[in-house]
Amino acid sequence: MEKVLVVEDELSLQKAIVDVLGITGYTALGASDGEEGLLLAQKEKPDLILLDIILPKMNGFDVLKRLKEDETTKAIPVIMLTNLESSGDIEQALSLGAMTYLVKTNYELDDIMKRVKDTLAKAKKAA
Amino acid sequence: MAFGDFLATMNVYSECKRYSVRLIECPSFLFLLMGFTTIAAMIGTYLIAIRYTEPEFVVILVSGITVVIFSIGNMVVSSFERLAQASRMKTEFISIVSHQLRTPLSSLKWSLNLLTGPHLGDVNQKQLDYLNIIKESNERMIRLVNDLLEVSRIEQGRIILNPQEFSLEDLVQIVINDLAGLAQTNNVRVFYQKEENLPKVYADQQKIGFVVQNLLDNAIKYTKGRGNVEVRVERADRNTVRVLVKDQGIGIPKAQQLQVFKKFFRSDNVLKYQTEGSGLGLFIARAILESVGGQIGFDSMEGKGSTFWFTLPFATISKPSVGIGREHPVNSTAS
Repeated sequence: MEKVLVVEDELSLQKAIVDVLGITGYTALGASDGEEGLLLAQKEKPDLILLDIILPKMNGFDVLKRLKEDETTKAIPVIMLTNLESSGDIEQALSLGAMTYLVKTNYELDDIMKRVKDTLAKAKKAA
Repeated sequence: MAFGDFLATMNVYSECKRYSVRLIECPSFLFLLMGFTTIAAMIGTYLIAIRYTEPEFVVILVSGITVVIFSIGNMVVSSFERLAQASRMKTEFISIVSHQLRTPLSSLKWSLNLLTGPHLGDVNQKQLDYLNIIKESNERMIRLVNDLLEVSRIEQGRIILNPQEFSLEDLVQIVINDLAGLAQTNNVRVFYQKEENLPKVYADQQKIGFVVQNLLDNAIKYTKGRGNVEVRVERADRNTVRVLVKDQGIGIPKAQQLQVFKKFFRSDNVLKYQTEGSGLGLFIARAILESVGGQIGFDSMEGKGSTFWFTLPFATISKPSVGIGREHPVNSTAS
C-alpha cells in the first residue's frame, strides 16, 4: 500500500485529507508542523507528500528545500496544497522542485485524490 | 457656513467628504487653497510694489510668499501620499482577509465532500437537500473570495497568467453546457453559432473561461423569462476572433453605460435587488482581456437588451516563439 504524508497545521483539513486518503486505499500520515513533517518524511519515506506553505516551526518552502537537498527524500514527489496564490509563491514552489501547486478552496477532495493517483503513477513510471 | 457653501459649489467639499479625510488633508482643497494664495500673492505684490519702491522690501516680500506657496505645495504632495498609502493598505487588507477566509472555507468544502460522498454511509434525502444548500453557499463564498483576490492582484499589477493554446469555440461550448441549469431555471434558451475552421487562440484558458462564464451568466440572469440569449464565435478580422453574447434582457441605461466596467458597479435597474452579484465580474474580465491583448465592449439599449463582445488575437499572432512562454503545471483554479 502506498504511503502519503500530509503536512497541514489546520487539524480539520488534515483530518479530512487523511480520512479520504485512507478510504481511497492509501496509508496516510499526518504532520501538524514543518519540522514534524520533515522528520516523518525522512523516517517513513512516503511515496508522496502533500505540503502546506504556512506552517508552524518551519514553513513549507523550507521543508521543500530540505527535502530536495536530502538524497534519501529527493525523489519523493511533492504536491503543494495551500491557500496562498501569488505568482511569487507559485514560482518559488515550482523552482524548489514541487510537482504541482493546488489551491485548497478550488479543489474537491475527489480532484485531489485524482491528482495524487496521477502523480504516483507518473513517479512510478519515471523510477 | 458661507465658506462651506462656497466649497460645495465647487464640488471640493463633497469630494473630500467622500475620501473621509479632514479638509486640511484633502488634495483638492489644498490645490484650491494654493491657487487662491497664488492669486492673492500676485495682486498683493503688485499693490505693495507700486507703493514701496525699496527693492529690498519687495525681494523679502516675494521670498516670503514663495515660502508660503511652497509649503502648501508640500502639503498637497504629502496628502496625495497618504491617499496612495490608504489605497495600498486597502488592497493588502482585502488580500489578507481573503486568504484568512480560505482556510475555514476549505474546511467546510472538504467536510461537505465527505458528508455528501459515498464514503461515510448514506444520509437521507432531506438531509442531503440541506447539505447541498450549505454546499452551494460555500461555493458562492469561495467564488467571492477568489474574485476579491483577483481584484487585489489586478490592482497590484500581479495578475497570474498561465497561457496555452486552445480552441475558443470549444471553451464557449463547455461554458454553455455548464450554465444549462441556470438557463433552465431562468427560463432562457441559449442558442450557439460558431464559424467553422477558426484558428486556435493562445491565452490563459481558465481566465478566458471566467470571462465567457460571466458574460453568459449576466445575459441569462438579466434576460430571465423575457427571451433568448444568442452566443456567436466569429472571425473579427485576419488576426482576431470575436465572441458575442447577445441577450434580450433589460439593458443598461445610457447614463450608466460608462460605468459598466468599474469595480463594484451594479446597474440601477429593476433587477438590482433581485439578482445576486458582486459587481466584480466585468471589472476582472476587462483586466484579463487587456493583459492578453484582447478587447471587451458592449452595445445596449434600455428595455431591448445588451450585446457584450470580446476579441482575442489568434495564436499565430500572440503565441511567443519557442523559449518565452513557459507552460508550467499550475492549477490555481479548478477546471
